[in-house]
Amino acid sequence: MDTLGALLQGLSVAIAPMNLLFALIGVLLGTAVGVLPGIGPALTVALLLPVTYKLDPAGSLIMFAGIYYGGMYGGSTTAILINTPGESASMATALEGNKMAKAGRGGPALATSAIGSFVAGTIATLGLTFLAPSLVEIAVQFGPEDYFALMCVAFVTVSATFGDSPVRGLTSLFIGLALGLVGIDKLTGQSRLAFGTPELLDGVEITTLAVGLFAIGEALFVASRRHLEEEKLEPIRGSLWMTLDDWRRSWKPWLRGTALGFPIGALPAGGAEIPTFLSYAVERRLTKHPEEFGKGAIEGVAGPEAANNASAAGTLVPLLTLGLPTSATAAMMLAGFQQYGLNPGPLLFADHPQLVWGLIASLYLANAMLLVLNLPLVGLWVRLLAIPQPWLYAGILVFATMGTIAAKPSVVELGMLTVFGLMGYLMRRFDYPVAPVVVGLILGPVAEAQLRRALSISLGDPMVLLESPISATLLAVAAIALIAPFVMKNLGRFKANED
Amino acid sequence: MDRKLNRPDSAGIAIAAGLAALAGVIWWDATTLSSGSPYGLGPDAAPKVVAIGLAILALANLVSAWRGQMPHRERGDLKAIGWILGGMVALIAIIAFGGGFIPATAILFAATARAFGRRALLADLGIGLVLGVVAYLLFAKLLTLSLPTGPLEQLI
Repeated sequence: MDTLGALLQGLSVAIAPMNLLFALIGVLLGTAVGVLPGIGPALTVALLLPVTYKLDPAGSLIMFAGIYYGGMYGGSTTAILINTPGESASMATALEGNKMAKAGRGGPALATSAIGSFVAGTIATLGLTFLAPSLVEIAVQFGPEDYFALMCVAFVTVSATFGDSPVRGLTSLFIGLALGLVGIDKLTGQSRLAFGTPELLDGVEITTLAVGLFAIGEALFVASRRHLEEEKLEPIRGSLWMTLDDWRRSWKPWLRGTALGFPIGALPAGGAEIPTFLSYAVERRLTKHPEEFGKGAIEGVAGPEAANNASAAGTLVPLLTLGLPTSATAAMMLAGFQQYGLNPGPLLFADHPQLVWGLIASLYLANAMLLVLNLPLVGLWVRLLAIPQPWLYAGILVFATMGTIAAKPSVVELGMLTVFGLMGYLMRRFDYPVAPVVVGLILGPVAEAQLRRALSISLGDPMVLLESPISATLLAVAAIALIAPFVMKNLGRFKANED
Repeated sequence: MDRKLNRPDSAGIAIAAGLAALAGVIWWDATTLSSGSPYGLGPDAAPKVVAIGLAILALANLVSAWRGQMPHRERGDLKAIGWILGGMVALIAIIAFGGGFIPATAILFAATARAFGRRALLADLGIGLVLGVVAYLLFAKLLTLSLPTGPLEQLI
């Protein structure tokens, strides 16, 4: 077994004391930001990118993965105890989880989500371990035209599935693509959209955009609506232990949630929202206690929580094997790879097997750490919610500006941060999804480079895109995914109905 | 919380106009580039595709704004937004004029806390100052990141 050997070698990297420490810091940070409403794993990785620039690549990537997994665990705590999901992937959990907490069953709700997250995370990481090598073998055969077609699929699915209107999703994506054009064209050395500003010649920094949209934009949005919403923290009541009946009702939703979350996360369809809501809908249909749904049914917590953790692991499959980010956090992790000059994809498995397999092995360890951190210590995490909101957001903004100025010591960069923050606020207010902008900025230049490479190999013949069977199929998929939402309007309404 | 207007929506029309303007700027910029390679695509191809896409999306946004189909949220508290943006502008000004990282941080911290409803501006300035010093020591000294320095940072 080649994969097992590679995994064992990875394990030896992952258990090096420094890497264990990074994994621990990652899961601690991830859980903390998952618990705190307003900061998610994507923002945290974005904030940490400039700070980790000088650290060891393996260590910081292990830390980023820990943040991703930890964020998925932590988000459920907030969703259950104060009906404000820490991140969007926990929205479905809040539906039943908060009802359980109000009914005095907060303990079992937290337990089923932590254990479910562990079960799902472990199974999905196993899926990643065994799926990745075979996908790499396929990806090696990809030519530039196939990569270009793959990016097209990602563009369409990322913008059509985030948010509930394809037009607004595509608008966000194209704003990202436009930002991706800024800077010097690598093939001809001409500057595009730089308007004589030297700071713009290297292009728009991914971290500046992400921090502006996620941190400043979110702070502006929350501050402006502070008086409109009231949060109420439910104390944890009831034993943390699940009864035999709770176990009996939880294990199938865990497995079904995993079965939904992993493949949907792995497809370039992106996001954990869809599998979590699908899992919620499935559990609602299959339950033997339909009368409890809407009043706090444990199945409605177990399924979506398993689904969101499984989708996090699923997202890592296209990220590591193809360099394709399908969620905001994955996009920031890709930026993390790029800051060390590493390009995820089949070559990464060939050139840096230690790093890739070390990262994958560390995911198993992170999952185990998270179970321990979340189950007995949940009371500690809840105290984080006692930090006064003004200081929390003030601290976030200070850290955001510091990271930006440390990455690029220029006042122009801070000005761009402010502009992106304002843009993030307006996008939230008028309900444009934010993540496609980041994906567009990261993938736009890659797609352009692959297309130009493909066309220069074919001496300018565009038929090369249709002559390669892989590329032709992927382009067809992209076209169908682009047109389908307009034809079947019901697809777009799916999300609006749920919340 | 969200409401749909059933009449033309001025904010939506403004967004559509902004997208159209962006498309125009990108197209204009693309025409100033000379195509470099004899085969395949020049540097102006991708900007033109993006500009066309933005122009189509501007039209689509305009249609939905005209029909009043855009989800629209309450305007919210503009004063809070003003405090945060003011804090950012103050931070940029202080750093641009060599005031250094720590005082700039303190002002941003206090302004943001004010935006979230705190009234104790002086106390928050103090907290921001302490936070700035700690962050400076941790990141500039320990992790050797380069942060802007002013008179206060020279002393440390």
